Amino acid sequence: MNAKKASSAKVHENRGTPLVEMKDISIAFGGIKAVDHASIDLYPGEVVGLLGHNGAGKSTLIKILSGAYKRDHGEIFIEGKPVAINNPRDAKAQGIETIYQTLALADNVDAAANLYLGRELRTKFGTLDDVAMEAECRKVMGRLNPNFRRFKEPVKALSGGQRQSVAIARAIHFNARILIMDEPTAALGPQETAQVGELIKQLKAEGIGIFLISHDLHDVFDLADRLTVMKNGRVVGTAHTSDVDHDEVLGMIIAGKCPPNAIPGPGALRSAA
Amino acid sequence: MTAVDNTQNPARSDEGAIARFLRATEIDARMLGMVAALLIIWVGFDIYSGFLRDGEGLFGGSFLTPRNLWILLVQTSSIAVMTTGMVLIIVMRHIDLSVGSILGFTSVCIATMQVFWLGPMLGVGHPSIWIVTLILGLLLGGAIGAFHGTLIAYLGIPSFIVTLGGLIVWRGAAWAVIRGETVAPMDKNFKLIGGGISGITPGSIGATASWILGAVICAAIIYAIYNNRVQRKRFNFPQRPMWAEYFLAITGCILALGVTWLVNSYYWPKGVVDRYVQATGIEVPPEGINIAFGYSVPVLIAMGVGLGMSFLATRTRFGRYVYATGGNPEAAELAGVNTKKLTVMIFALMGVLAAISASISSARLDSATNALGQFDELYVIAAAVIGGTSLAGGLGTIYGAMLGALVMQSLQSGMTLLNFESATKDIVVGCVLVFAVFVDQVYRRRVK
Repeated sequence: MNAKKASSAKVHENRGTPLVEMKDISIAFGGIKAVDHASIDLYPGEVVGLLGHNGAGKSTLIKILSGAYKRDHGEIFIEGKPVAINNPRDAKAQGIETIYQTLALADNVDAAANLYLGRELRTKFGTLDDVAMEAECRKVMGRLNPNFRRFKEPVKALSGGQRQSVAIARAIHFNARILIMDEPTAALGPQETAQVGELIKQLKAEGIGIFLISHDLHDVFDLADRLTVMKNGRVVGTAHTSDVDHDEVLGMIIAGKCPPNAIPGPGALRSAA
Repeated sequence: MTAVDNTQNPARSDEGAIARFLRATEIDARMLGMVAALLIIWVGFDIYSGFLRDGEGLFGGSFLTPRNLWILLVQTSSIAVMTTGMVLIIVMRHIDLSVGSILGFTSVCIATMQVFWLGPMLGVGHPSIWIVTLILGLLLGGAIGAFHGTLIAYLGIPSFIVTLGGLIVWRGAAWAVIRGETVAPMDKNFKLIGGGISGITPGSIGATASWILGAVICAAIIYAIYNNRVQRKRFNFPQRPMWAEYFLAITGCILALGVTWLVNSYYWPKGVVDRYVQATGIEVPPEGINIAFGYSVPVLIAMGVGLGMSFLATRTRFGRYVYATGGNPEAAELAGVNTKKLTVMIFALMGVLAAISASISSARLDSATNALGQFDELYVIAAAVIGGTSLAGGLGTIYGAMLGALVMQSLQSGMTLLNFESATKDIVVGCVLVFAVFVDQVYRRRVK
């Protein structure tokens, strides 16, 4: 057992500089510590699953990385260099793209407007180049969702899966290096879930690092290389998905019990050590 | 299949034809409804006023005459200018209750500068007075709006409260500036902004220039339709059918030339013509001379503002962000839109528009009082809402709101023409507002 743990730690060391490293991150909302000295890392071409109950702090931690929240304490490194991420624009400038659980789409405008929201294409006169944006949108949507035709309608009128593909298109269209997916399959049917799975594998092959936040253990075991479990704002532990089984991970999520094959974090039960 | 449908339910296939027409031309159905309402109001008033007193109107009344419609357009312009800004504010899920008071305050400031400061300093009628006071007035309005926006965006005070405070504060400030007096007369060049005749200089551009403008508008409509088609062809997007393009182009041109003909059919009053003849010494043919007003300055300002604001709303990043923020503020924020800055800018813009309306109103009255623009905020909001702006945010068009302003003003002018008491007018306008929103709700539910 110990040997296995050592070997996984070794693999860890040999991979060089992580793509993202969040060190000792804390944030509090009105006295409640939503994230409490959490550390997490991600390597190129890797999928790291982030697990935990509702309110465990995983979405909050990830929103700090995407710039939606500003951390109270801690540091973020991208490829070894410390970076300041104070708002969503900073995060995007670092190549960090996020697909939010709520999708974060402007419901009243069309797919192209959502795809380019915040970085609109413009003509040489500085006006919006709607035609060019629609053309690009047709291209990228054609790859993700070939049956999509409703380019002129506000996204409010689209189905759950179509809205999801707009959100995904927005995240991958701008050469993301780091992709954050917050419950990407929560609103989807089985077929669309499989599509998202395929997409994750494809992006991984392109060397993009992905944080996958999910409630669904099966998803995480299928898609993630490693997983990190959080409880009450603290990291319980991090493990390679091949080193742990469902029950052990459930024990981490529910009881905060860190199994021997995982690297314990500050949130792990003391008795387990 | 379709044939079967037709025989079984002819009414539905008929509806289908209208729906097909609307889809092909991309005309908004509620827009069409509003135009219909406007025409009903106009025809109704003309017929009704014909019963009371015979007139030269289209249906024997006194409403559909060039004179009345020309005045109607001038009267609409002040509200129409402000409503273009109100649309964007409501789209962003805010409200501005202070526009009437900002109008009052900026107009007394402009008047005070003209009458008490610059007039005595530079000599009354100095050619720089109107432009200096106009610019300072616009800056003042913009600064007040930016101040409101800052309180809303950065201190987190709800816009309803900030502008309710503004409604009271700026009305009070207007009184404080002139201690309740009426300040008059305005600068003689400035007066032209109101569309009236100053001496023998008209606040309108005359027949020739109006026809040229009408022709330019027609050319612009045709070019816009053509350009759109070329662009869509370039990227192989679906096109509107050819007949729909022709329909839009021809309707647009008829409308533009029709309005031009209308404003060119209203002539200077005889007294002014006589003075003009005396001053210029031109020869008068035996049948007398008719000098047409043409487009008036306030109407041109309103048209320009409408065009500019439509451009801003639909063709620029700024407008896109306003609508996206109204649709989902959180999403816009996450996409990197600085919604706070946007809020300040939108209220500053509203302040500038209120100052433009202040110039139009005070120039038209040739005076300023601290009561100028009272209740305008309500008419402006009403016009925007009648024009299809959703108070839930995210939805609304500039042209719809301007049309809404025209509907409101038509009702008011019509009732004035019929000698309705002002109490009756208020009751009718209030009821129409509520009814219009009810119809809109029903329509939206049907569409869903």
